Amino acid sequence: MAEYSIWVNGKQHAVNVPEDMPLLWILRDVIGLKGTKFGCGMAQCGACTVHMNDVAIRSCSFPVSAVGENKITTIEGLSEHGDHPLQLAWQKHLVPQCGYCQTGQIMNAAALLKATPRPSEQEVEQAMEGNLCRCGTYNRIKAAILSVSAES
Amino acid sequence: MKYLGFPKEKNEVVASEVFKATRRDFLKTGGALAGGFVLGISLFGCDAKGKKTAAFAPNVYLQITPSNEVSIIAHRSEMGQGIRTSLPLVIADELGADWSKVRIVQAEGDEKKYGNQNTDGSFSIRMFYKPMREAGAIARLMLLQAAAAKWKVPIEECDTTNGQVVHKTSDKKLSFGDLAEEASQLPIPAAKDIKLKSRDKFTLIGKETPIVDLPAIVNGQAVFGIDATMEGMKVAVIRRCPVVGGTVKSYTDEKARSVPGVLKVVQIKGAGLPATLNKPLAGVAVIAENTWAAIKGRDSLEVEWDLGPNASYDSAEQIKQLVQEVSREQGTPRRNRGDFNSAKANAKKVIERTYIAPHLAHATMEPPCALAVFKDGACEIWACTQNPQGARDVVAEVLGIPVDKVKINVTLLGGGFGRKSKPDFIVEAAMLAKETGYPVKVQWTREDDIHHDYFHSLSVQRIVATIDKDNKLSGWNQHIAYPSISATSDTSVLQPDDGEMMLGAVDLPYNIPAIRIETHDAKTHLRVGWLRSVRNIPQVFASATMLDEVAEARGMDPVAHALELLGADRSITFNEEIVKGTYPNYGEDIAAYPWETGRMKAVIERVAKEAGWGRKLPKGSGLGFAAHKSFLTYVACVVEVKVDATGKVTIPGVHYAVDCGTAVNVDRIKSQFEGGAQFAASLALKSAITFKNGRVEQNNFDGYQIIRMTECPKEIHVHIMDSEAKPTGVGEPPVPPFTPALCNAIYAATGKRIYNLPIDLRS
Repeated sequence: MAEYSIWVNGKQHAVNVPEDMPLLWILRDVIGLKGTKFGCGMAQCGACTVHMNDVAIRSCSFPVSAVGENKITTIEGLSEHGDHPLQLAWQKHLVPQCGYCQTGQIMNAAALLKATPRPSEQEVEQAMEGNLCRCGTYNRIKAAILSVSAES
Repeated sequence: MKYLGFPKEKNEVVASEVFKATRRDFLKTGGALAGGFVLGISLFGCDAKGKKTAAFAPNVYLQITPSNEVSIIAHRSEMGQGIRTSLPLVIADELGADWSKVRIVQAEGDEKKYGNQNTDGSFSIRMFYKPMREAGAIARLMLLQAAAAKWKVPIEECDTTNGQVVHKTSDKKLSFGDLAEEASQLPIPAAKDIKLKSRDKFTLIGKETPIVDLPAIVNGQAVFGIDATMEGMKVAVIRRCPVVGGTVKSYTDEKARSVPGVLKVVQIKGAGLPATLNKPLAGVAVIAENTWAAIKGRDSLEVEWDLGPNASYDSAEQIKQLVQEVSREQGTPRRNRGDFNSAKANAKKVIERTYIAPHLAHATMEPPCALAVFKDGACEIWACTQNPQGARDVVAEVLGIPVDKVKINVTLLGGGFGRKSKPDFIVEAAMLAKETGYPVKVQWTREDDIHHDYFHSLSVQRIVATIDKDNKLSGWNQHIAYPSISATSDTSVLQPDDGEMMLGAVDLPYNIPAIRIETHDAKTHLRVGWLRSVRNIPQVFASATMLDEVAEARGMDPVAHALELLGADRSITFNEEIVKGTYPNYGEDIAAYPWETGRMKAVIERVAKEAGWGRKLPKGSGLGFAAHKSFLTYVACVVEVKVDATGKVTIPGVHYAVDCGTAVNVDRIKSQFEGGAQFAASLALKSAITFKNGRVEQNNFDGYQIIRMTECPKEIHVHIMDSEAKPTGVGEPPVPPFTPALCNAIYAATGKRIYNLPIDLRS
């Protein structure tokens, strides 16, 4: 067990946890931010995607000891009123089915657009390859991302 | 057949009756609003003469409060199909409610109140569309009566729209809330007095309505099973016996207990054999302060197992055995028409092929999980369950408490596909809550999910097709073997049950003079369950790829071939040719839901037209076709495929034509078909579960793969037939025809026939 002070959605949280504890479980079980989902525990599915600074990371496989002073953003902190362009596009394109993977999809897409504001269709596919959706909403996800990129 | 969620009595006609419920009834279901009026819908099983048999009585509640809030109970489980939206919108449309102000309240699991809630078998819309409309229409009539009396005008001059009653010849308006008290004093109108809206008046039915949970989902606020929490909650992660039917011989938990945060270690006895469709596997649970500690504790357990009789199970060996088994001349006859032996003796050409498909796991993105608290002899549960009543019954049985002491709260489901119909994980939580006194959430890891699923089981089939001197398809003989779902509850079962045979085997609809469908023995060494469209997957993979081969042998275009084999427009039945038992028709009377060749031909013609069937494609590309009716919905599919020099398959386009009767929520029909194509693409191209030494060889999404965005079908076009027929479900019907259409497309592109799933063109 060790003391860590981590920045999540602009707030500092002091946690006393084992150093190998993945960020995912700190967010969900310790801090109580449940929008980030558990899917596989080994960075295979992307359901747990959050941002470290502006980069997408898989929080299920990211130990708390590696967070340091970096800024973590979860779906709850992506926008103040749930109105990030991607959150709006997701609604306009009626993307979700069960919805479980969608917060991870949105966080991954947001990091993509931050780094590459106007990605090609192929760049979107490559960037989103690590995010699984068992309901099969892939084409609507892609359309939603491309619509935001076109507006930018 | 109970596993498909059908009503208990076959050929049961469902009729409805609306009644005034008490506010207490509504409050008990979670509606916290006071006042106004509350309607229940009671559905009765009736005999053919309409006499109540009272076998089936779900109640669904609608409440209108003086503050003008309309609340509608959603009594089915939401797992991505959109049912929490699509059924309530039917009531709202008929009522004339303001949809933007309707509140949806999720029902708990209660068979007495809601009847069958097992959200399975693509039948929510089919079964509840009409009662929902009638409930809405009755409430509307009562509001109109209340307004007409208040205004002292003829009721014919009043109408409802956007949550208001309006007087058509003046500008008088009253909100539903203003009329709620008066309406609640009126007697319930007789069914004959209500008038359902005409189709042109629909404001929600037949349109594209966003799901009610959409904002919560994209904001991360939606509550799934994994998100359920309560004060003092602990988390349990369980080491289960790697072999089905095995038991715990002994275990050492010193290391597990030394993990910081671990509180207790508890043994779970498990069902043994038969494994059952509702009880847990044997195992050892580690209960901890948080999920990570529970996972680490579980991983530190040392358990010695008595692995039991399935310890030598090898799925590759079983496939070899079943190939032998189906090669026998005779199996158990299931359907017989004409004389196949004579057709074969007189054939000009005989085509014989063997088709193999693997075990599959559901792999819902949300692994199974449930929270239970046990206090004062009662158990309350929050779970992502398709079947809250089944869960309630088995929890009561296992804990030894009355059913009314078990309360099941249904969360959103992060995927279901049939996995979450089985309440084994809910029973685990209930047992641990009772044993430890803590509120306990049982969390399955992905490895647990892949290792211990209720699998879709492997299958082997041999089809013999005969072509006579006149170049007609004269005979069809299909030999089928797979571990049956029924064997999960009864290990003596060796052959498919009637329900499984109905799903794309004995319902072969074509005009072939001789048809013989036979089944063969297959032992079951795993927990077999049902996966989105169930046996239709392998059975239609085999039959619809064979038909493509037959069409080619006859020198015919596959689409023209299918149309020819369906013959004249008519209703067909199967009962007279079923050798033993009856044709279940998905639980519906075949007179009420006939098998109409004309509707199937219409979807085939539509999909051919929309997909540009017959167009020339470059080398390495091809179009493939398949059609299949399942869950009473007619579907035809054309897949376009591109295969590169390395054998890599890409799918630039898919066209579906679907006749599901009246289209209720058009967008969710499209989304189910889009997702159904992706689901089928996973199983056609990526997924397989194998067993060695009784254990599953895959662990996570690295070994058990599902389709990703880079490789998924790109343009999926869904063409919905315009229809006023009774609506039928769309959750499962997209899956069966996709795989054979893809295989046939690959043949068109490469000249290579596919007999094994998943497809591998690289070897």
